[in-house]
Amino acid sequence: MRYDRQIKLNEVGISGQEKLLNASVLIVGVGGLGCPAAQYLAGAGIGKIGLMDYDKVTITNLHRQILYTESDLEKSKALVAKEKLQGLNSEIELIAIEEALTIENAENHFRQYDLILDGTDNFETKYLINDACILTGKIWVYASVYKNEGQLSVFNYREGPSYRCLFPKTTRQNISCEATGVLGVVPGILGILQAAEVLKIILGVGNVFSGKLKLVNIFSGTEQILNIQKKQEEIDKIRKQGIIPVSIACEVKDAGKTYLDVREAFEQPKVKSENVIHIPFGDLQNRLNEIPKKEGVLVFCQSGKRSLAAIELLQKDFGFDNLKNVEGGIETIING
Amino acid sequence: MKVSVKYFGMIAEAAGRDEEVLEVAWGISVNELKEQQVQKYKIPDAEAVQLAVNQNLGKEVELKEGDEVAFLPPFAGG
Repeated sequence: MRYDRQIKLNEVGISGQEKLLNASVLIVGVGGLGCPAAQYLAGAGIGKIGLMDYDKVTITNLHRQILYTESDLEKSKALVAKEKLQGLNSEIELIAIEEALTIENAENHFRQYDLILDGTDNFETKYLINDACILTGKIWVYASVYKNEGQLSVFNYREGPSYRCLFPKTTRQNISCEATGVLGVVPGILGILQAAEVLKIILGVGNVFSGKLKLVNIFSGTEQILNIQKKQEEIDKIRKQGIIPVSIACEVKDAGKTYLDVREAFEQPKVKSENVIHIPFGDLQNRLNEIPKKEGVLVFCQSGKRSLAAIELLQKDFGFDNLKNVEGGIETIING
Repeated sequence: MKVSVKYFGMIAEAAGRDEEVLEVAWGISVNELKEQQVQKYKIPDAEAVQLAVNQNLGKEVELKEGDEVAFLPPFAGG
């Protein structure tokens, strides 16, 4: 039978397998961390897995998000992941959620699941997950990566510390926005460690990584464990005030110019500059009067494609002749 | 007295090393050491940086001979 090799373990057994089949996990962000985690959790027979991601598969994802293939380019990550994982295990329920996690929807989504696995790549969403987990009483399994290093912990587990206890002061720089690069195996390893924590929590075995932070460095081959001090005031603050929005915006490289950002409000990283006008692609026709006509305007989106379509629309139908596309999208805007 | 220091993530990049042993003044606090190293290596975004003394984060203590101090930045990649 399908789960025989794990049922053989004393820590799992028939009853443990039933726990897994009765459990539900929401994976927020099906990327470098979320893909490997989802694969192992689907394989292990978690009964219900939510796959939440608003993004599409791009060619630069493939070095680390190896659930996806070249034929998936430009397709919805949530939908592709659901289809592939259903192929791996047809006996479990997989739910594709093609949405960004927002202050408005987070608590509702979280209530539908037993625990949350964080596969996101930005600080704003990590603080949002933290706050929504405190408010809904959900455990969350956290990981982050940077180049060749990774961090792992479990937050909000049996009165344990939260992410705000670890990092009470939010960073001013959204480091994930810079094209820092990452070795593909690093999120792979961390994502699988997250899946392992999920299994331990559901099975009720082993030492759950709560109150501790694991630091992994792939190049030096070292691991370090730090103890996180619980700061009750950081938890009480959220219980009292609700979700506290964290907004971290990057600077544009060349602040002397005028920009038009045609991305949706939730797309990361955000940019701050007095010279950036934000109008999502779908709203352009209703907000034409906000776009300057006399000075040159640089139009950008995430990759450079939507902005090109925006320029075509504005030129052909509305007579704008002062627009220039930013090739390479947001990365070019921030890094030049 | 000597303390050993470990740097993670972008702090290690700013310092140009993962670890080092430092000669520091007796009775220096962990926050004073942080301030000193932030200045020395121009560690960015120092407010968010957390320090652990002998693997314990978030404690504001005076350092002792042989203590191990870790400089931990937040990062958010995935």
